[in-house]
Amino acid sequence: MNQESEWPLLSGKSLTLSYGARPIVQDLSVSIPEGKLTVVIGPNACGKSTLLRALSRLLSPEHGQVLMQGRDVSQYSARAFARLLGMLPQSSRAPAGICVADLVARGRFPHQSLFRQWREEDDRAVAEAMVATGVSGLADAVVDELSGGQRQRVWLAMLLAQQTPVMLLDEPTTWLDIAHQLEVLELCRRLNRNEGRTLVVVLHDLNQAARYADHLIVMKAGRIVGSGSPEFVMTEALVEDVFHIRSRILSDPVTGRPWILPLASTGHMED
Amino acid sequence: MRFLAGSRKTVWEGHGISVLVCPRSLAVTSLLLLLVVCLGAASLGVGAMGFGPDLLLELANQPPGSMVHRVFFDIRLPRTLTAILVGAALGASGLIFQSISRNALGSPDIIGFTTGAATGAIVQIVLFSPSALGVAVAAIVGGLVTALVVYGLSVRDGSVAGYRLILVGIGIGAILSAVNGLLLVKGDLDNAVVANLWLAGSLDARNWGHVIPVGLGCLVLMPVLVLLASRLQLMEMGDDTARQLGVRVEAVRLTMVLCAVALAGLATGAAGPVAFIALAAPQLVVRLLPSGRLPVIGAAAMGALLMVVTDLLSRLFPLEVMLPIGRMTGVIGGIYLIWLLGRVRGI
Ligand SMILES: Nc1ncnc2c1ncn2[C@@H]1O[C@H](COP(=O)(O)OP(=O)(O)O)[C@@H](O)[C@H]1O
Ligand SMILES: [Mg+2]
Repeated sequence: MNQESEWPLLSGKSLTLSYGARPIVQDLSVSIPEGKLTVVIGPNACGKSTLLRALSRLLSPEHGQVLMQGRDVSQYSARAFARLLGMLPQSSRAPAGICVADLVARGRFPHQSLFRQWREEDDRAVAEAMVATGVSGLADAVVDELSGGQRQRVWLAMLLAQQTPVMLLDEPTTWLDIAHQLEVLELCRRLNRNEGRTLVVVLHDLNQAARYADHLIVMKAGRIVGSGSPEFVMTEALVEDVFHIRSRILSDPVTGRPWILPLASTGHMED
Repeated sequence: MRFLAGSRKTVWEGHGISVLVCPRSLAVTSLLLLLVVCLGAASLGVGAMGFGPDLLLELANQPPGSMVHRVFFDIRLPRTLTAILVGAALGASGLIFQSISRNALGSPDIIGFTTGAATGAIVQIVLFSPSALGVAVAAIVGGLVTALVVYGLSVRDGSVAGYRLILVGIGIGAILSAVNGLLLVKGDLDNAVVANLWLAGSLDARNWGHVIPVGLGCLVLMPVLVLLASRLQLMEMGDDTARQLGVRVEAVRLTMVLCAVALAGLATGAAGPVAFIALAAPQLVVRLLPSGRLPVIGAAAMGALLMVVTDLLSRLFPLEVMLPIGRMTGVIGGIYLIWLLGRVRGI
């Protein structure tokens, strides 16, 4: 059930990914369509973060290759790649005592050099990123002292300040209350629709995934078991197979997207 | 020049060049350097042969080769320079290690690197000869080998956890200090006495042979640390975050570790294992500066200042039994740090 339409901007070919000896992902191929908002879903520990780390070259594949614009990602210099693709890892540590503005400013690193440490455009990028994520009022606040949700938006602001055409976000809505979850998802959609950026976002909520994805990738135990438009991919059989719940799939009266109504757990979550 | 909103930095621009400056860091670092220079100059005047404030006048009036000249150029100056350079090397080295291990206890004097450097130096003194250059080289080799062993034993799944590094380092350090004790029993008595004196950490009888290796080391390695500091700073947010920003994490870490081990080794080779500077100097300086920065020069200046002050105090107030500098730094640095911790909340 694969549906490949767009020219892939970023793709993985026969990837085998492992930590130490244990392979997490084996012989997986994936393509990320350009200019689309791609959402990745799947149960815990199925390898979503591992896949994102490989696509952003944080993890080198044991076998296979990752291509960006047709070129192996390992051929890019570290900085050139960081100007093309930004990644929000599932967790980052804020240095003790650092203030929000300083942390967001770190997103400019790939654009700086020894003699060009800060220019007007850096100012602009940081200010825009802070407005977009709603943390402008916190510029002087100490990051350690923020709530989990505020902190997550600060990390997102750092990534935005990086101004990359491709952005991978690993669970950006975890830790956020529902209002901020929707805010982040709307921001993702704006970045995609208004600025034409390519986004890959890992989400947990099936309905949010179905609503916001242009392209949906469903993973289970290190494999991709479905990819394509949400209407095409999201079926009752797939939801039962992957998430072990019986459900009804309705049509969202507002957006017309698939609307998953969970009915009951079918139990036995196996790895 | 323009002030950045929300941030504590200023930009200096011109000719297509823009440089980020933090006024507070600049002020604190300059003050520290100034203090090092002033107190270093003052320490030149202290000793059995009392030079007054007219030291320069006397130097100018006496012919080269005279007593005054020899005392000044062959005894006082090398001693003061050794103190400054050793302090600077230890301060910078401690800063790098504390950042990499993300722990104040990750400094080279705690995790066995200076003890390892001492082992190298003692082997050289006891089994070969106590020449300053030989001791310097042996100390670096000892420090590097220790670092390799400690790192090798701390690696799990390709990464080093800070606390694991520290525990392994403390263990290796304990073994090495026993080895150091055993080595003293070996070899002939004269060399064992030299080694024993050296083990206490001393600035007595330093000559240019002690100054030059650590001086060259600082000259070559400090700029590397300064250039790579912004990257190491990003690595404090986690390897993935730094890597996605375009930092070549492994290369930076390896370079920084090698430079920091070499600096600690050179410092140990020049003055013996000096306690506490590498631990205390970075901790003191980051408390004086805005957060989130890795102040290489600041830590070096603070280390140098601690060494010079300690040396000055130990010479101005000679105790009944004179404490060697290596012990004295422990006393003074320890008291200062505890005083500071008492004043600052949230640690
Ligand atoms: N750094 C690591 N070292 C070893 N195993 C890891 C590491 N990171 C993840 N794993 C393992 O890889 C599997 C997939 O993890 P991950 O990609 O994080 O899953 P997901 O993001 O889908 O929850 C899990 O079984 C996890 O235990
Ligand atoms: Mg994950």
